[in-house]
Amino acid sequence: MKVQQISIFIENKSGRLAEVARVLGEKNVNIRALSLADTSDFGILRLLVDDTDVALETLKGSGFTVNKTEVVAVEVPDQPGGLCRILQVLDEAKINVEYMYAFVERNAGNAVIIFRFDDIDNAITTLQGKNVSILTGEKLYSL
Amino acid sequence: MIWNDEFETLPREALESLQAKRLQRVAEKVYATVPFYRQQFDKAGIKPEKIRTLDDLQRLPFTLKQDMRDNYPYGLFAKPLDQIVRIHASSGTTGKPTVVGYTRRDIKNWTEMMARSFVAAGAHRGDVIHNAYGYGLFTGGLGAHYGAEKIGASVIPMSGGNTKKQLMIMQDFGSTVLTCTPSYSLYLAEAAAEEGIDIRQLKLRVGILGAEPWTEKMRNEIETKVGIKAIDIYGLSEILGPGVGIECIEAQAGLHIWEDHFIPEIINPDTGDVLPEGEQGELVITTITKEGIPMIRYRTRDITRIIAEPCICGRTHRRLERMCGRSDDMLIIRGVNVFPSQIESVLMDIEGVEPHYQLIVEREGTMDTLEVQVEVNEKTFSDEIKVLQTLSRRIEKEIKDLLGINCRIRLVEPKTIARSEGKAQRVIDNRPK
Repeated sequence: MKVQQISIFIENKSGRLAEVARVLGEKNVNIRALSLADTSDFGILRLLVDDTDVALETLKGSGFTVNKTEVVAVEVPDQPGGLCRILQVLDEAKINVEYMYAFVERNAGNAVIIFRFDDIDNAITTLQGKNVSILTGEKLYSL
Repeated sequence: MIWNDEFETLPREALESLQAKRLQRVAEKVYATVPFYRQQFDKAGIKPEKIRTLDDLQRLPFTLKQDMRDNYPYGLFAKPLDQIVRIHASSGTTGKPTVVGYTRRDIKNWTEMMARSFVAAGAHRGDVIHNAYGYGLFTGGLGAHYGAEKIGASVIPMSGGNTKKQLMIMQDFGSTVLTCTPSYSLYLAEAAAEEGIDIRQLKLRVGILGAEPWTEKMRNEIETKVGIKAIDIYGLSEILGPGVGIECIEAQAGLHIWEDHFIPEIINPDTGDVLPEGEQGELVITTITKEGIPMIRYRTRDITRIIAEPCICGRTHRRLERMCGRSDDMLIIRGVNVFPSQIESVLMDIEGVEPHYQLIVEREGTMDTLEVQVEVNEKTFSDEIKVLQTLSRRIEKEIKDLLGINCRIRLVEPKTIARSEGKAQRVIDNRPK
């Protein structure tokens, strides 16, 4: 139920993002989703890709500082109130969200929300208890 | 092991009387042969024959680096060029370099002091000495080279640069002793890892590291990452080159200065007064055997103190505490004296932080600002911004606690701070001069 995400340290200077995209493209790694968190000096680029291991190895080999984290991908109907329901479930269970980002599935008419939790196992149990649809890595990487 | 048992363990009394005798001789010599010193002595109202004891030394005027520049190139030489067999010069980052000349006997003495230094550091016949100090005008390469040959080791005259080749030779030739700057030893370890070589598995046993100030924390880092005993060596071209002082491998605590060739004093850099033994201040050195370019009370700008307690190695020559920096390297930021080595010790204290850093000083309006660039690595990197910001704030706070100044930490990508093959450039001062 957990999804592998790659995080990359990126200094705020021109060309660094392009460099990440270039080395991954060269290795035929496809990016499924991404988010960039930034501060005045640096950013953290978070990626879901179709081949986490190759991406990790490639980026390390190109001199980037990279780590792997586990996140949860939740599928909700792409309609008003979809996100709210999930957040209420989490709020009631007092589960803290470190960060989140979302994208819309091309065909299924669903939105996918990626969550990073402090306590990932507890979050999964809670969401499953409320019949929230959680995507497996396999499913997500092939979207 | 001791190279020259007789002189290195000379009882203090005999050593000091030898120093006094040699001091008298050098005072007379420079007065007779170097117009600059004659003028200086006359200005101070001192006749060389009045210099009889070690205490008389403080009556003599100081010699500054600027005096060497003013007498560029040969003005301070005490011998005509037909007796000078070697000329070296300092890097001279600003203006003209400082030039030094050696007679045949100077080279012999220098070789002797480097031989003592190598042996004190645990090197011996049969060692393969990988000499990565630069060969050329810089004294490091040739100075170490001659000493290494003298003790009967096999010396590889690598010089600086071409790191991949250094690693190949180190592996293939079975280098056992490395001589280079401390920052370059770490760079070699890093470059080796990139080539898939574990430098700790090579035959290297000892590193004799100098030519830039470094800290005890940096020593631990080097010993762990390079897998060697890291020995601090001290020298400066104005006085000799490498081999003025060295740590013994037995104690690794303070650098024995060869007192049969030099007289060290510690002064208050502001007043010029000699400080009581054991107090920290600026190191002043008088050379008492040098013929080519003798130096009277040369102000080294290095900040240290003299350790007079006997050393477990048995040498009677007193020790200089590890230099906490050259006063030329000292930054004055908003009126506070800052040595790059102090920042280094803060960084090295924090688990996982890389020993590569750079200080950027700017002036915004009338205010000095200090930015400390620190490389992020896999140990310190986190997916969560708050963790990285906590790290930055912790470093800022510890620097503030130690030095009382505010700085800004900038986390940068790994291996983006320039690696040096010689002396590391720790400071970029962009303030208008």
